[in-house]
Parts: sequence; structure tokens; C-alpha cells
Amino acid sequence: MKIETLAALQDARAKRRAVTLATRLGDAAEALIYKDGATGPLASDPAIVAAAHGAMAIGRSETVEIGGQKIFLNVYVPPPRLIIVGAVHIAQTLAPMAAMLEFDVTVVDPRGAWATSQRFPGVKVIQDWADEAFQAMGLDVSTAVVTLTHDPKLDDPALESALKSDVFYIGALGSRRTHAKRKERLAEVGITDEMFARVHGPVGLNIGAKSPAEIAVSILGQIVEVRARRIEALSAPKVAAA
Amino acid sequence: MSDALEVLDQVGKWKAGGKGVAIATVITTWGSSPRPVGSQLGVDDAGNMVGSVSGGCIEGAVVKEALDAIKDGKPRLLDFGVTDEQAWDVGLACGGKVQVFVEKVN
Repeated sequence: MKIETLAALQDARAKRRAVTLATRLGDAAEALIYKDGATGPLASDPAIVAAAHGAMAIGRSETVEIGGQKIFLNVYVPPPRLIIVGAVHIAQTLAPMAAMLEFDVTVVDPRGAWATSQRFPGVKVIQDWADEAFQAMGLDVSTAVVTLTHDPKLDDPALESALKSDVFYIGALGSRRTHAKRKERLAEVGITDEMFARVHGPVGLNIGAKSPAEIAVSILGQIVEVRARRIEALSAPKVAAA
Repeated sequence: MSDALEVLDQVGKWKAGGKGVAIATVITTWGSSPRPVGSQLGVDDAGNMVGSVSGGCIEGAVVKEALDAIKDGKPRLLDFGVTDEQAWDVGLACGGKVQVFVEKVN
């Protein structure tokens, strides 16, 4: 491995950017393959780049054979992240539970009285509007977004930004009625029915959850399921092709 | 994954400090193996280690190859645990099989 390659891997992690390092086992020639580009001696081989994109999509490192050469694809994906919009009561339970599931958790709320570190010990809290915070954080395919405020002023911009990104999960707290109204409001800012279908609402698995902790379990159960099914779906055709 | 990144950080520090360094990576596994594909072990020219490729079973053999790689600069492909009996010999008591790629950091 070249020291420049190592530095690029560290840089990608700091920016939460997924990258695959392809190494030809015969001579240790390399390429760094990102979603939107590739560098290094092996980057000119479209088959290697395509294989790297496939491995990156399911987050699984593997050895492949391309043109009679063994190539190791080492996938570096950022850890899954959960962004909770609304520093509310449910968030106080949801945040630590998600941390136990090894999510990198951030709570976002522009209201100073809510977004405090006393209310969320040990959790990253950002006092800002969700869309502004999202822009600074950079939403990616390993991010889940859950809105909990019930307030259109706070939830809607968050959902709009999340829907325009490739986050793997979007959930919005609120009844069916609230959810239907939300759909109408977002249609006015150009969110089509098809786009809106990505929002899980009412949020969470239907397990009859009532208390904040139960609701947190239902939300996390759904996030874990969506993530696992997505990885399964992406893996299946790949195995068949290999 | 965070383990692998921790390895890269330490390797970067060793390299910045002027040391010869190699990285060993699990590239294929068969059957039950203690560490998943992508697991890494960093080794410096004094034999110091960071990370793991097996949870302790084959590290000794890997470090020896890593030190050779640091000297001659050539990458190496190592196979461990071909049969249950051999697996026992190199310490993969679980009977798993693992392939490790060792390369110098240039």
C-alpha cells in the first residue's frame, strides 16, 4: 500500500465518504474507487471499478478474479448514522438505544431549550435547523433520518432534504392523518408521491408501542430491518453473477 | 471496520516516524474463521503489531512474513489452515481457512 493511499483512506473516513481500495494481489498495484470517481493505476479498468461499486453497495470486502488476475476489494464504508430531528422526549430514549446498536447518533433541533447536552448526555447535539445541519453533515447512503417534532416548520424541511438525498431510511412520527397532510404540504415543494413513498410513516414497526421506550424499539426495529433487507437485496444478484 | 481504520492510523504514525511498515489483510475465508474479510494487522520493522487477522492464532507467522516484506518490498499471499490437521498446527483450532495478503507500505 502506498502511503498516499493510506492518507486518502483516512481522509475518506473523516468526510464519511465510502471508498473501496482495489489491490492486485500479484504486484500490489492499487486503485481507490469512490462512488463518483477513481484514482490509481487500476482505475482505468472498468471491470474493476464496476466490481468495487458492487462491493461498496453492500459494504462487503471480497476477492474477485478479473481478467485472470486476483483483485482484493477492501470496502471502507462509514458506520451507519442516525440523525434524530427533534430533541424531544422520545429522542432521549431513542438516542442511547441507537448508540447501543452502534449507530453514530446526532440529535438536531433549532430550539435552544430542547437541544441541550444536559438532556442528551454523551450524544452529539446540534442546535440548528435540520436542513442547515444536514448540509453541514452531508447525508449519505449509510444514514437514517427520523423526524420527531410533530411541527411542520421543523419536520418538513428535514424530510424535504432527506428525500433529495440517498439516505437508506426516512421515518416521520405522526398519525396517518398527520402523515397524509404532510404528503400534501411536501407535494407543494416538488416532492412527488413516488418520492414521498420512501418516508416510513407512521414511523416504526406496528408493535403497539405506547411509551417512549417502546416507540424507540419500534423505530429501531424498522431501521434494522430496512438496513438488513437492503443489504440482502443488493447481495442476491451479485452472488448469482459471481 | 473501525478496527481496520485504527490500524491505518497507527501505520500512518509509524510511517511518519520513519519506520518500515507492512500491512497484512484477510482477503478470503472459508468455513469458520475468527476474523472477517478485510481485517488488518499492521506490523512495524521492530515487530510491533496493531489490529488482528485471526485473534491471535496465526499472527506469529504473519509477522515473520511482514518483516520479510518490509525488507524485500515484495507482496505475499499466505494460506493458513488448509486441512483441519494443518489448521491445528498453525493455531486455527476452529478448522477454518484463511488467506492473508501481506504488503509493504511505501
